[in-house]
Amino acid sequence: MAAKENLDILIVGVGGQGTLLASRVLGRYALERGYDVKLSEVHGMAQRGGSVMTYVRMGSRVASPVIDEGGADLILAFEKLEALRYRHYLKEGGHILYSTQEIMPMPVVTGAAAYPQGIEKELPGTGVDALALALEAGNAKAANSVMLGALCKKLGADRAAFEAALLACIPQKTVEMNKKAFDLGYAAV
Amino acid sequence: MKKLLLGDFAVARGAWEAGVQVASAYPGTPSTEITEELARYDDVYSEWSPNEKVALEVGIGASIRGARAIVSMKHVGLNVACDPLFTASYTGVNGGLVIAVADDPSVFSSQNEQDTRLTAVSAQVPVLEPSDSAEARDFTKYAFDLSERYDTPVILRLTTRVAHSQSLVELGERQPAVLKTYERDIKKYVMMPANARVKHTVVEERMARLAADADGMEINRIEEGSRDLGIICSGGVYQYVKEALPEASVLKLGMVWPLPMGLIRKFAAGVKRCIVAEELAPHIETQVRAAGIAVEGKSVFPRCGEFTARLIRECVLGAAPAQAPADVPARPPVLCAGCPHRGIFYVLTKLKLNVLGDIGCYTLGAVPPLGSMDAVVCMGASIGMAIGFDKADPEAHKHSVAVIGDSTFIHSGITGLVDAVYNKARVTVIILDNRTTGMTGHQNHPATGKTIKNEPTYELDLAEMCRAAGVRSVRTVDPYDLAAAEAAVKAALAEEEVSVVIAKRPCVLLAKKLYTGFRVNDKCKKCKACLKLGCPAIVNGKNGIEIDVSLCTECGLCKGVCKFGAIEGEVK
Repeated sequence: MAAKENLDILIVGVGGQGTLLASRVLGRYALERGYDVKLSEVHGMAQRGGSVMTYVRMGSRVASPVIDEGGADLILAFEKLEALRYRHYLKEGGHILYSTQEIMPMPVVTGAAAYPQGIEKELPGTGVDALALALEAGNAKAANSVMLGALCKKLGADRAAFEAALLACIPQKTVEMNKKAFDLGYAAV
Repeated sequence: MKKLLLGDFAVARGAWEAGVQVASAYPGTPSTEITEELARYDDVYSEWSPNEKVALEVGIGASIRGARAIVSMKHVGLNVACDPLFTASYTGVNGGLVIAVADDPSVFSSQNEQDTRLTAVSAQVPVLEPSDSAEARDFTKYAFDLSERYDTPVILRLTTRVAHSQSLVELGERQPAVLKTYERDIKKYVMMPANARVKHTVVEERMARLAADADGMEINRIEEGSRDLGIICSGGVYQYVKEALPEASVLKLGMVWPLPMGLIRKFAAGVKRCIVAEELAPHIETQVRAAGIAVEGKSVFPRCGEFTARLIRECVLGAAPAQAPADVPARPPVLCAGCPHRGIFYVLTKLKLNVLGDIGCYTLGAVPPLGSMDAVVCMGASIGMAIGFDKADPEAHKHSVAVIGDSTFIHSGITGLVDAVYNKARVTVIILDNRTTGMTGHQNHPATGKTIKNEPTYELDLAEMCRAAGVRSVRTVDPYDLAAAEAAVKAALAEEEVSVVIAKRPCVLLAKKLYTGFRVNDKCKKCKACLKLGCPAIVNGKNGIEIDVSLCTECGLCKGVCKFGAIEGEVK
């Protein structure tokens, strides 16, 4: 991300996992680096444990806030099945950075469907055991900071600026835990 | 200074810069954040009103008294506010009156996909439509000027993608808030027949004047490109068009009612093929065709759902459709782990009751395995529908209930309850009192005892409110206590009169606690009784029943349904 070429990142996960935090951190980072940036989020009912997606687009000039199918340079997935669900948004040659965490959707819990096996083989990218690293950092809720650390490394982004953007977006009392989680994620990829 | 702002925040900023003095709203996705943001400004009075009708009436009163006022709501909220809206169009304004209405193409968090522009045509109120956060700020300011210049309320129409996208906004200063002088003007503000007849002609003249002036408004502009293809568009769709068809000529409409028909005629005449690109209803297309201008529109684009740049390329250029998504299990939204509504829905499912539902998180009680929901229509409808069940079927009251949230009950359930008592309906109403407006992100309401700014105020007592309506049987239970909840529902159903059960327990998300989570021990017999709770934290995995500690909130419901003591953990 040296020059101001456009970078489109799709963030997907399960409502409540913190995809909105991730997009806000990226937005803040992009703004501080002088990019035009647009984010698009979905609030309301979809946030209640449903499949959620957030778009982050940055570059010299961004029109639509939405990333089209086949348009994402990178997909940041907080859950493995969600990575597979949105794989078709990836650009030719794009990369999926995903948490290996599995969260069972209700049709799987009720037995109406099965959680697909062998998802990793279908995903062109890197898996991170974000849940284990988050627990190591202090709490499962820090998994999004683990993924942001990994993303920072993958993008070759300025680590200090990226971390500063994260710390500006979280409650003061969780700074230590999130910092540790970020570092663990950074080292994991 | 440039800031990255949510579209809703940009509307709030624009209103503040325009010197707004009064802001009122009822929360509704995706409009909620406008008023949440305005509440941060100390120099603006803001409130959560009990519903959109009252919110608009507060705005109308403030406007007549001479202040600038903004009223915000979602598209279906405008239905509730239509009564004051249609006549505020007649009275006009004193201080500028802007109504921000957010539509929800693709129905991300609503019960329908209606198009506010069509309501505005009926109400004879002008509509501005911003395409990003920068315009959301600019158009809000412009809307206040337009409102005062043409003596009309102005609707600022947003869509989910504009309201809930963030883009860069240049911040400005606040212009001085001016309280205009007020003088009694019966002919202008008292809408009795003699005055309303006169005012109707004034409204028609006003709209004609606005239509004539629209051609010269800067917010309606032609961006010249190829003469082969011209696109007429507005709002978020403009951004998709610029990305999908960078060569095309574009007529960008900032005001979508009334339409700048002279400009449209000129634009259409200058291109070989002219297409209207608009989400939802063919509003612009219909008006343009009625004016005798040949355009394409819904023969090219769909009527349902939101657009994307890709969809525009596919529809106009015949681009290849996207690669099909992987065939994977759906992940519908569900009640959160620890949601207090789960206890009640577990009981309703167990008792196999008919459930007349309402608008809120608890609509998710319709999702399997709970699946206890027979009908959901609009805010407050549960109680009226339950009365209808009772009046249509003499046996219905024995096996049907209305469920309604605390905020929704105050919004428009109270009148239904009054009807139930007055007309001797035998209904059981369960108020799911989670002490907040949950689905929209935890806003205060009259029964939380806190204002929008978290200041203490009178706390409406729901039980007393029900008794005042004439309900003799009111029970309050903790929905985490499954036995007590079941007993209360059964007792209420047995009564041959209106009974209310208040299931009281704060939304689990309000606690903002960190949890360690429960564990399943080796006493588990895999009977799957706990799975009937539909809790997303309980997983039937490769190693049997497990609890996902990243989701578990230690509510204890699963402990309550497990007969084998297989679930360990302390309910705090």
